[in-house]
Amino acid sequence: MTERERRILPICLAAFIAAALLPLADDGYWLALGISVVMYTTLATSWALFSGPTHYISLATAAFFGVGMYTVGAWVGLLPFPVLVLIAGLLGAALAAVVGLATLRLSGVYFVIFTLGLAELARQVVSWVQTTMGTSSGLYVLTDITEPIIYWSLLALAAVIYLIGWRIGRSRLGFALRIIGNDEVVAVHCGIGTARAKVILFVVSGCLAAVIGAIMAPRFAYVTPTQAFSPMLSFQVVIMALLGGAHRLWGPLLGVIPFTIVLDLIAANFPNQTALLLGGAFLLIVYFIPNGVAGLIENGLRRGRSRA
Amino acid sequence: MTGGAPALAVRDVTKAFSGLVAVDAMTFDLAENEVMGLIGPNGSGKTTMINLISGAFGPNSGSIQLYGDDIAGASATAIARKGIARTFQIVRILPSLTVLENVAAGGVFGHRRRWGRELEEEARHLLDKVGLEVSGGAPVSALTYIDQKRVELARALIGDPRVLLLDEWLAGLNPTELKTGIALIEALRGEGRTILIVEHVMHAIRSLCDRCVVMNSGAKIAEGTPAEVLADKEVIRAYLGDDDA
Repeated sequence: MTERERRILPICLAAFIAAALLPLADDGYWLALGISVVMYTTLATSWALFSGPTHYISLATAAFFGVGMYTVGAWVGLLPFPVLVLIAGLLGAALAAVVGLATLRLSGVYFVIFTLGLAELARQVVSWVQTTMGTSSGLYVLTDITEPIIYWSLLALAAVIYLIGWRIGRSRLGFALRIIGNDEVVAVHCGIGTARAKVILFVVSGCLAAVIGAIMAPRFAYVTPTQAFSPMLSFQVVIMALLGGAHRLWGPLLGVIPFTIVLDLIAANFPNQTALLLGGAFLLIVYFIPNGVAGLIENGLRRGRSRA
Repeated sequence: MTGGAPALAVRDVTKAFSGLVAVDAMTFDLAENEVMGLIGPNGSGKTTMINLISGAFGPNSGSIQLYGDDIAGASATAIARKGIARTFQIVRILPSLTVLENVAAGGVFGHRRRWGRELEEEARHLLDKVGLEVSGGAPVSALTYIDQKRVELARALIGDPRVLLLDEWLAGLNPTELKTGIALIEALRGEGRTILIVEHVMHAIRSLCDRCVVMNSGAKIAEGTPAEVLADKEVIRAYLGDDDA
């Protein structure tokens, strides 16, 4: 641990404990907003674990999230909930491995389109299975898991994700991904097994998104494909991570907090124009703050330092 | 080292891009500790030859052996790990990494691997060796062209390559920088590095290379000491056209 990390650690712990106390203070609107914030933080941060350094924009978050949610939907009541979360993680990882091996040779826009298509495919397949084999268009997820438990589970997962990200950032694998993100040709000529490095990170990222979907399932009580595999989710995660800054581990958090609150206001006040306003926000972010809030802060600090 | 086998043995290597034969039955040896020039007019296939050796793509036919070990068609990753390092014709630095990280990138996953303090010390040592006088933490985008080339060379050297490929490393330097650049390669030669140089700067070829292979339209047209090949009629014709020969 570096000197700087040793200084930051107590602040992180304090923030984490403060966040953990939220359900004791309020169990209505603020807790619901808190769940959204932590859910998007975990999703956007795990997305950025892979897409941040490599610059491969994945729109498959909804596919993994949906797989997690449906794992719980399909077997809830048959198996204990923690076991379901574990299975969801394994399925998410397996799906990411297959997709990663098949697509990470694709570059740029082809990869983006494929991942978007994957989420749609998953939604269509699940809908088809449900309507042909079952009788309903959704699944009931009835558990005794309360909102505070969901919140604390997500918060614990967030801590795990930050630890994973911190560890990767210091590892050879993390260094390899940053080189890949800069120049893949240089990466291979430096002896980096680029396909392997990318697949490993994509699997970690997909596994986490599935786990998040599984944890969230009980909140919905009734799970439908449209909701579980919503492409909107994939886009929101990308926008939030980019708004915050995907090149830093703590970047996505800075995007999630303002965006979740704004999204909540937009959805409450302009329910019919949500997508439109979201798209506009996306354009503005990419145009005006390409390195996100984290980039703005870093530039500010650098300028301040050079002036001093 | 495998007794007697040349560092690099290229045999009948051919590469065509949808009909256009860029490298045509090339054959040459690069001995250990030798500095060899690969020269020829623009578009004669020199960079393609370098790309075939470094594994950027594989040849259609022929063999390339590194100390007796066939590497033709292997991935660039595998070839880098076996000990072939290169620089690029148009310098390729890693813009979002620091100078020190740019150099370190070559020393973690390739032929000679280091990590942590050892890696950092070696990267600093190499920055010093290639004559870069900026702090390692500086952003690499702030560097001048020759300094970016220095960083790229240090990145190639940090993996302690068995064969170093320099693709027009001296191109684009001003006369003063060129002198520095030549002295730098001369120093590598003094260490006993095995180097294949693609170059257009003829006086650099004369002062640096033990031997030269000359390419024209993808094929080898001459081989020998720089003085020999530069006096060769066919080489002159390739560079200057028929009328001047």
